[in-house]
Amino acid sequence: MANNNKRKMYLRLITRSLIRRASRLITAVLAIAIGATILSGLVTIYYDIPEQLGREFRSYGANLIIMPSGENGINENDINRVKNLIGREKIVGFAPYRYQTIKINEQPFLLAGTDLEQVKNNSPFWYIEGDWQNVMIGREVAEVLNLNLGDDFKIQGVKFGGQAEASNQNYSAEENKTRDFGSQYFSEKLNVKGIITTGGAEEGFIFADMKILNDLIEDNFKADVIECSIIANASELENLTQQISKAMPNLEPRAVRRLTQSQDIVLGKLEALVLLVTVIVLIITMISVYTTMTAMVAERKKEIALKKALGAENRLVMSELLGEGILLGFVGGALGVFLGYEFALRVSLNVFGRGINFQWALIPVTIIVFIAITVIASIMPVRKVMEIHPAIILKGE
Amino acid sequence: MPILELKNVSKIYGSLKALNDINLSVNAGDWLSIMGPSGSGKTTMINIIGCMDTPSTGNVILDGVDISKESQSNLTRIRRDKIGLIFQQFHLINYLTAVENVMLAQYYHSMPDEQEALEALEKVGLKERAYHLPSQLSGGEQQRVCIARALINSPQILLGDEPTGNLDEENEKVVVDIFRRLHSEGVTIIIVTHDPEVGDVAQRKIILEHGRVIQDIDQRATFGEALKLKGA
Repeated sequence: MANNNKRKMYLRLITRSLIRRASRLITAVLAIAIGATILSGLVTIYYDIPEQLGREFRSYGANLIIMPSGENGINENDINRVKNLIGREKIVGFAPYRYQTIKINEQPFLLAGTDLEQVKNNSPFWYIEGDWQNVMIGREVAEVLNLNLGDDFKIQGVKFGGQAEASNQNYSAEENKTRDFGSQYFSEKLNVKGIITTGGAEEGFIFADMKILNDLIEDNFKADVIECSIIANASELENLTQQISKAMPNLEPRAVRRLTQSQDIVLGKLEALVLLVTVIVLIITMISVYTTMTAMVAERKKEIALKKALGAENRLVMSELLGEGILLGFVGGALGVFLGYEFALRVSLNVFGRGINFQWALIPVTIIVFIAITVIASIMPVRKVMEIHPAIILKGE
Repeated sequence: MPILELKNVSKIYGSLKALNDINLSVNAGDWLSIMGPSGSGKTTMINIIGCMDTPSTGNVILDGVDISKESQSNLTRIRRDKIGLIFQQFHLINYLTAVENVMLAQYYHSMPDEQEALEALEKVGLKERAYHLPSQLSGGEQQRVCIARALINSPQILLGDEPTGNLDEENEKVVVDIFRRLHSEGVTIIIVTHDPEVGDVAQRKIILEHGRVIQDIDQRATFGEALKLKGA
């Protein structure tokens, strides 16, 4: 009961002191809240940058290539297992490719059967004239065959398991043509829906849905390569390739290091910058709290002297001032968490064009950090209490 | 049996002797006024009696204990337990209400008890103003809160440094009446004052000059007459 009364009085003292001296409270809380806002905002961004930038980097193409280790292609079961190993939530794009040599006007081309939607996820930077849909041709193919959007073109090729025969100069053109239409061959008219410009090898390909290709060659799903775009840094990607190799020896995964390493370099630099700014903000907040507490002790010399005259031990008076500091740290820190989230959200929306996840753990962490900062910054000013002599300060005038 | 004894007490600041070989004995229940011109050593003496300072030489015996060589921490404890302080400037904490100001002394002494604090305010006629802030109280009311605070822990000596120095005549009389009542209840009162009328109310008056007691006047014959007559 006695302790309870003392505790109540202690709380009464520190809350009354802050509430009834509102102007001082506002100044001090603002100083702490600004620090806490920047800190919690930066930490929120710091935690979200890898994901945000990871997604940005995913716009630069696949970062994991998976090929079969043997002659057999990759079947649908393999694909499902790979997706599970990677973790579906980390997959930005997952495009299996099956390549088939075809002929157009007796000229050989490569037809890539794939999932065009996933190709788009992997390579959003491709410039497409027309639409992302069946069938798309590379700019180079369009120029060679003089094809434009909406034009039809005929492809011919050998069905799966069939034997291709080269045109023979001993046969007439008519005979060669007849042989191309035998039961081992396919022929289909396609329509140009999109023309791809990438500045890369893709411009020499014809892209169609995997199902169209499989139907033409009369074979089940089988991929020659899978291009994946995964949210992961270099080491995570390295671990993943090892994991896939181990679990599925029939596959040969390869990380595209060029992309992941530059991603890690940029992230590392950004994180270091955020860390540096955070440390500077913490120091500035500490200086600000130190100044505020020094002013607080100086302007309350009479009050402190009176308390000592009434019989308060130094440690008790110091604990009251520190209690006020803790309360200020708590209020400023709590305010800063939410303002910081708002700050991080705005930064994220402006820079990355995306929202940001609220880090719940930041609530206790920021509050504790700012209470600690306030206490540390208050120690020196509060120790001045020991130098205050009631007889000198309270003497009559 | 004296509650307070000063034996050959001197306080020296460099070449200045603020108190010079003072000998004084105050019995329990006495009412003593200390008077003298500025710089005569009144405040130094009250600081030493109030355990806020220590003498350079000599002994101060408070309630049978020599406090002249005590540490700051022990002096704080002794002051908390045995002395009630009243200040000229009242020194109330401006963000605490009247009752909270009284409870503050309880808090540092033992344990705060709002009911007791309200009773102390009632004794000085301020129960109705218990939940007002100092800024909402007149000077006289503030001084009465200060007296209630000084009395709340039942100190052995009530020590006032110019307790009426900032009050008008009317409030001065109210405060002196409170002292008079406290004295009749057996409280030992030591008051430093410039005001001859307040000084004359006490049972005994000492006059200081250049750190020495130059007069020690027994006023028991006229005790209580000053101010009472004026107020009548």
